[in-house]
Amino acid sequence: MRHIISILMENESGALSRVAGLFSARGYNIESLTVAPTEDASLSRMTLVTRGSDDVIEQITKQLNKLIDVVKLIDLAESAHIERELMMIKVKTTEKTRAEVKSMADVFRGRILDFTPETYVIEVTGPSEKLDAFIAALDADSIIEVVRSGATGISRGEKGLHL
Amino acid sequence: MELSGAEILIRSLKDEGVEYIFGYPGGAVLHIYDALFRQDDVKHILVRHEQGATHAADGYARATGLPGVVLVTSGPGATNAVTGIATAYMDSIPMVVISGQVPSPVIGSDAFQEVDMIGISRPCVKHNFLVKDVNLIAETIKKAFYVATTGRPGPVVVDIPKDITDPRIKVPYKYPKKVSIRSYNPAVAGHKGQIKKAVDLLLTAERPMIYSGGGVVIGEASKELTEFSQLLGYPVTNTLMGLGAYPATDKQFIGMLGMHGTYEANMGMHESDVIIAIGARFDDRVTGKLDMFCPYAKIIHIDVDPASISKTVKVDIPIVGEVKPVLEQMIDLIKESKKTPNKKALETWWKQIKDWQAIDCLEYDRKSPLIKPQFVIEQLYEVTKGDAYVTSDVGQHQMWAAQYYKFDKPRRWINSGGLGTMGFGMPAAIGVKLAHPDADVACVTGEASIQMCIQELSTALQYKTPIKIVNLNNRFMGMVRQWQEFSYESRYSHSYLDTLPDFVKLAEAYGHVGMRIDKPEQVRPALEEAFAMKDRTVFLDIITDQTENVYPMIENGKGHHDMKLRIAATGTTTDRELA
Repeated sequence: MRHIISILMENESGALSRVAGLFSARGYNIESLTVAPTEDASLSRMTLVTRGSDDVIEQITKQLNKLIDVVKLIDLAESAHIERELMMIKVKTTEKTRAEVKSMADVFRGRILDFTPETYVIEVTGPSEKLDAFIAALDADSIIEVVRSGATGISRGEKGLHL
Repeated sequence: MELSGAEILIRSLKDEGVEYIFGYPGGAVLHIYDALFRQDDVKHILVRHEQGATHAADGYARATGLPGVVLVTSGPGATNAVTGIATAYMDSIPMVVISGQVPSPVIGSDAFQEVDMIGISRPCVKHNFLVKDVNLIAETIKKAFYVATTGRPGPVVVDIPKDITDPRIKVPYKYPKKVSIRSYNPAVAGHKGQIKKAVDLLLTAERPMIYSGGGVVIGEASKELTEFSQLLGYPVTNTLMGLGAYPATDKQFIGMLGMHGTYEANMGMHESDVIIAIGARFDDRVTGKLDMFCPYAKIIHIDVDPASISKTVKVDIPIVGEVKPVLEQMIDLIKESKKTPNKKALETWWKQIKDWQAIDCLEYDRKSPLIKPQFVIEQLYEVTKGDAYVTSDVGQHQMWAAQYYKFDKPRRWINSGGLGTMGFGMPAAIGVKLAHPDADVACVTGEASIQMCIQELSTALQYKTPIKIVNLNNRFMGMVRQWQEFSYESRYSHSYLDTLPDFVKLAEAYGHVGMRIDKPEQVRPALEEAFAMKDRTVFLDIITDQTENVYPMIENGKGHHDMKLRIAATGTTTDRELA
C-alpha cells in the first residue's frame, strides 16, 4: 500500500542523505521525496512516498525515528489528510490541437504558464493520481517534458506535525 | 580559559572521564597529537593499524561498560577504522571515534588523504558529526558520548577538519555538564500495562523459555535476569552475545541457542509455549528458518530499541524499555501476584528438557590421539578457574569457546557476534587487559583469524599487556572448511593455509613467549605455565585435529528442531530418532 510519511527533521547538512541512505541500505523503495525548510529555520519538512506491507511500513517508521536528526514523523495515510503535488508539463501544440489542450487543462484546473506558437507549459496541482490522469489524458506524442515536485501532504483537522 | 581546538578536544575527553584513547597519528590529527603530548591525563595507546585501535577500544568497552575512544587520521586512517566501527555497531558497543579531516577550505577537492568519512561511516554508526567550528568541539564531544552510551549504545564518529584544531586559534573552553538533543529521547521505562500483561502470560506458561541476549550484558541487568529466572524456575538460554548474563554453571541454564546452540536449548525453543526474549534481537543465526521458528509459542520481547521489535519475528507482547528497570518491575509483579508458576507443568517440562540433555550434544571423542579443540577450551576453563576474560576471533574456535567455556559472569566473553570480524580477538584482548590489569585475559583464536591483526603483538609488548593467545591451529579456515564439507561435497576451495608462519618464532620476534603444543597431554601443563607467566604475553600454538567440526549445527534453511548432531553425523543414529 502507498504511504505518505511526513518527517520533521533537523535542518542540517547530511540529514537528507541519512534518510536516503537508510532506504537504500535496507532495501525500501522511495517513490518520491521532497524536502524544504519550515517556518522554523532549524527544521526541515520532508515528505516521502513509499510502498510496502504494514510490517515494512512499521519498520520504515521505526528506523526513521531511530535517526538522530529525525525529530518527529507521521504516516499521513493513517488518517484524513490532504495531498498535493505540483506538475509542470510542456506539450507540443498545433493550431488544430491548441484549443483542445487548453480545454483539457481547464478540466484539470491547470494553468497555462507559458506558450509559444508550438508549445504550452501547463501547471497542474493536485493529488498525484490526478496528475497521472492528466498525463494519461494527453496525447503521449505531444508531451515534451514532465516535471513533478513529488507529493507533499498535511493532515486534516486541528492536529499538526510540529514541535 | 582559552584553548585551541586540539586542546579543547583533549580536555573534553579528560572531563568526560576518558582513561585511554586508542589511536594512530597522521597529518590531519597532528595538532591533536601535539595537544596529547602536552598532558598526562588521557593515556594514548599507539596501535599498529587503525583497525586494531577500534577493536582494542571495543574490547575495553565490552569489558567495562565504558565507551571506547579512538583517534585516527583522515583518509586511510579513517577507512581502516571502518571495520572496527561496524563491528561495534552490530553488537551495540558504545564507542566514540574521532577522525581527522582535511582542512575545511579544501574539503571536496580530493585533497591528499581526503575521504568523506561522514558518508562512509553513515551506515555503520549510531550517529556522526562533522565539526565546522572550533566553538562547537566541546559540545559535540559531549553529544557524541551521550548518544554513544544511552539507549541502544553504538559507535559515534566525530570528524574534525585540521583547521578546526589549529593551535593559533584559541577560544573559551567550557565542557557542558549535560546535553540534550530534542530529536533523541531513548525510552527507559517500559509500558506498565504491557509489563503486567507479560507477567500474566508468563505465569500461565506450561513450557516456558527465557531467551536472553547481549542487551542484558550491555544493560547491566545480569543480577536482575538471574533473580527473575530463579523466581520463576524457568529454563534459560543465552545467545552468543548474552553468554555470562546468566551463570552457565547454574542448573537452570540449558546452554546457548541457535545455529551452534545446544540440542536442549533449541528443542526447548521449538516446543515452548511462552518465550520471553530479553535484550535479544532474533538474529538469523539464532532463529534458523523463520517460518519454522517457535511454532507453538506466544512471544514477549523486551528491547530498548523499538526497531528491534517485530523486525523479523512478530511478537505478541512488545515492551520497549531498558532491560534492567523492566525486569525489576516484573520481579515485583511476580512477587505480588496471587498466581504462581504452574508447578506440575514445569515438572513435566523439566523432565522433557533433561531427556534432551541426556543426549549430551556437546560430547566429543576424548580418546583421540590428536588434540581436540573442545578439550583445549575445557582445559582453559579449568586452568583459569572459569574466571578469565575470554576474547575470540571468528570461526570454529569462537563457537567452541562459546560452547565449552562456562561463563558465570557478564562481560567475560568478548567476541564479534553480529559482524563476525576476524582479527577482532587479539586487539580486543589488549583493551580488556588495560581495563583489568590483574585479571587473566585469554584470546581464543585460530591460525587464520590471528593473522588478520597480528601486528598488534607489537602493541601488546609496548604497553605490557600480558595476554594469553590460545591459537587453535588446524591449518584450515575451519568454519569455511566445515561448510564446504557439508554443502560443497568437501571441495575445499581456498580454505587451506599451507604456508603458515612459525608462530613460536613469530611471537618471539615480537618479544613474547611462544609455545608449540601438539599432544593432548601437553595442553594442561602448557596452559598452566602460560598463565603462571603473569607479566608475559604468551602465544600458545596448539596443533589440533584438522577434521573436527562444530556440532550441533542447524544448517541453512532449517528449523530449531532439525539439528545436525555429532552422533547423527557419524552415522549411528539420527536426531529425529533421538528426539
